[in-house]
Amino acid sequence: MTRSSPLSRLAAGTTLPVVTVVLAIIALWYVAAVALNTPFQRDTYERAGQTDVPMSLLITDTLTQKRPVLPAPHQVLEEIWDTTVNKAVTSKRSLVYHAWITLSTTLLGFVIGTSLGILLAVGIVHSGVLDKSLMPWIITSQTIPILAIAPMIIVVLNSIGVTGLLPKAMISTYLSFFPVTVGMVKGLRSPEIIHLDLMHTYSATRLETFFKLRLPYALPYLFTSMKIGIASSLVGAIIGELPTGAVAGLGARLLAGSYYGQTTQIWSALLMASLLAGVLVGVIGLIERSVLKRMGMAS
Amino acid sequence: MSAIASRRSSITLSMMLSWGVVALVALGLVTTTFTPDISPLDAPALAACLGLLGILGVRFGLGLAHHRIGDIALGVVTTLACGFLLRATADHAGAATTGFFFLLLAAWGAAWLFIERLAAWKLKGAGAKALNLAIPVLFGIWVLVVWELVTVGLGVPKVLLPAPSDIWTRLIGSVPILWADFRQTFLKAVIVGYVLGCGSGFLAAIAVDRVPFLRRGLMPIGNLVSALPIVGVAPIMVMWFGFDWPSKAAVVIIMTFFPMLVNTVAGLAASDAMQRDLMRTYASSYGQTLTKLRLPMAMPFIFNALKINSTLALIGAIVAEFFGTPIVGMGFRISTEVGRMNVDMVWAEIAVAALAGSLFYGAVALLERAVTFWHPSIRG
Repeated sequence: MTRSSPLSRLAAGTTLPVVTVVLAIIALWYVAAVALNTPFQRDTYERAGQTDVPMSLLITDTLTQKRPVLPAPHQVLEEIWDTTVNKAVTSKRSLVYHAWITLSTTLLGFVIGTSLGILLAVGIVHSGVLDKSLMPWIITSQTIPILAIAPMIIVVLNSIGVTGLLPKAMISTYLSFFPVTVGMVKGLRSPEIIHLDLMHTYSATRLETFFKLRLPYALPYLFTSMKIGIASSLVGAIIGELPTGAVAGLGARLLAGSYYGQTTQIWSALLMASLLAGVLVGVIGLIERSVLKRMGMAS
Repeated sequence: MSAIASRRSSITLSMMLSWGVVALVALGLVTTTFTPDISPLDAPALAACLGLLGILGVRFGLGLAHHRIGDIALGVVTTLACGFLLRATADHAGAATTGFFFLLLAAWGAAWLFIERLAAWKLKGAGAKALNLAIPVLFGIWVLVVWELVTVGLGVPKVLLPAPSDIWTRLIGSVPILWADFRQTFLKAVIVGYVLGCGSGFLAAIAVDRVPFLRRGLMPIGNLVSALPIVGVAPIMVMWFGFDWPSKAAVVIIMTFFPMLVNTVAGLAASDAMQRDLMRTYASSYGQTLTKLRLPMAMPFIFNALKINSTLALIGAIVAEFFGTPIVGMGFRISTEVGRMNVDMVWAEIAVAALAGSLFYGAVALLERAVTFWHPSIRG
């Protein structure tokens, strides 16, 4: 066995498998692009009177269509390059501009949602009435497809004069407060009885117990929930942009792309959104690591 | 420690609430309730509401009948007072002024007091279960009552926020439309997509589990994909599969696939080495170990995914309808009725969606209790 060869060591980690799977996905994507774009290409050839088109030409043609059913990865990357680097950041055709609008909505909604979530959790942990009456409704609130209400909330808020980021951010808030509340309730309750008793022997007030015992205990839970929260916050922001009449933002980009059949535009907006999600979750992860390290809780 | 502290604070809180109710009633008595110049003494319903709340506050504040029968009396009196207040508000829609808010706050204080007292009840067995169900239900009803009082009392335009009674009337009046939308969105797109998405995720997980290389490669990607805004593929699916329900089902399949895959793979790794060794000593085959040990151990994880997916599926189907649909469906109805400013119809549709979503979730949760009866979180 080649037990110590570098290749097998790579295969035992996660790098090689992940790279392999990513490559496989890209390869599959190309195959699918060729397969899905072929009917239209054959149609074009027929109309142009071309017969006996060689296979290689067919493949290259399917990968360079203007409005493909499924654009190939390189077409999407080209589109992203074209709309990020070659356009001024302030231009309405720049993907950076749209991503920025979505990002600011996401962050605003996330900040409001996280604060609301923490407040609710503090209330629930300290009040039996809130725990019994509010908690079940918080859970029920998420079985409601809130994204369905998104267009209405935005239209209604616009009609009473609340415009700009806030209506969209409210959708993000609604989606992101839930994981934070649930995680923080769990976290604030995680100190053991023995620790709470110790605080009591020090005759600590509720406030002191909260800041010196409960809050530090809850921090790891908070960060885990914030990662989920910011991802759903981004989804909320994108959905919130759909009914604003396709003005700006990644969601508007998706909608415009679907109206005008610009598949490459849809895919590039999607890829950009995924990138944004990855970066946001990654940033929270970094903050988590440095904070927990300073508190001596890093694993 | 905490029991004593919380009891002391809850008594002071209920005392504060009861005297607060009395103070608010007194304020309500001297101010105008509805324009033009209608004070509680001019309307019998208002007078009754005020009197009931006042008696309730004084009775509790003086420390009389602090036991369960007294608590139930609190509930009955609060309900009656709210009923009178609702009646009076319906007669004077859109005319509320200062006094109305004192009355509303007094009723709110009484309801809070009632729930506070209920939450302090110590019951055992079925009674405790019923109480834990009753408190959130009462809270929900109370939210509806406040919603109705505020919207009717202030005369909030229907375009902004319709009163619950308006929504109910609309709901009852348009059952055929709502049923058609429900059938199109839920019974076709959601159910088909959910079954196919969860099923394929499950099968993929079992396949992935057999190949460690694939597992290590797919898991980080699966976790990443769960954080992505997958709803965004909706326009693409609508382009590929047309306007009818198959495109919505496709969105649901993609949305539900990855949570199922990730959770099932995690669940299949949940059995201990010790347990697997025991299966080996029984000379059990791969299939036997899978069906008798590893799948049962994975069930809590699988049900977790099923629960997450039950809400994701409904969201996916409704959002996909924003991108193009035949002239039926819940998402279609919501977006068109918003355009026509028929907000009560939108709310009726939302109520149906919320009910369907909650029932769907509840059904999965019940199934979970039946299947994973052995799990510590269910045994309690």
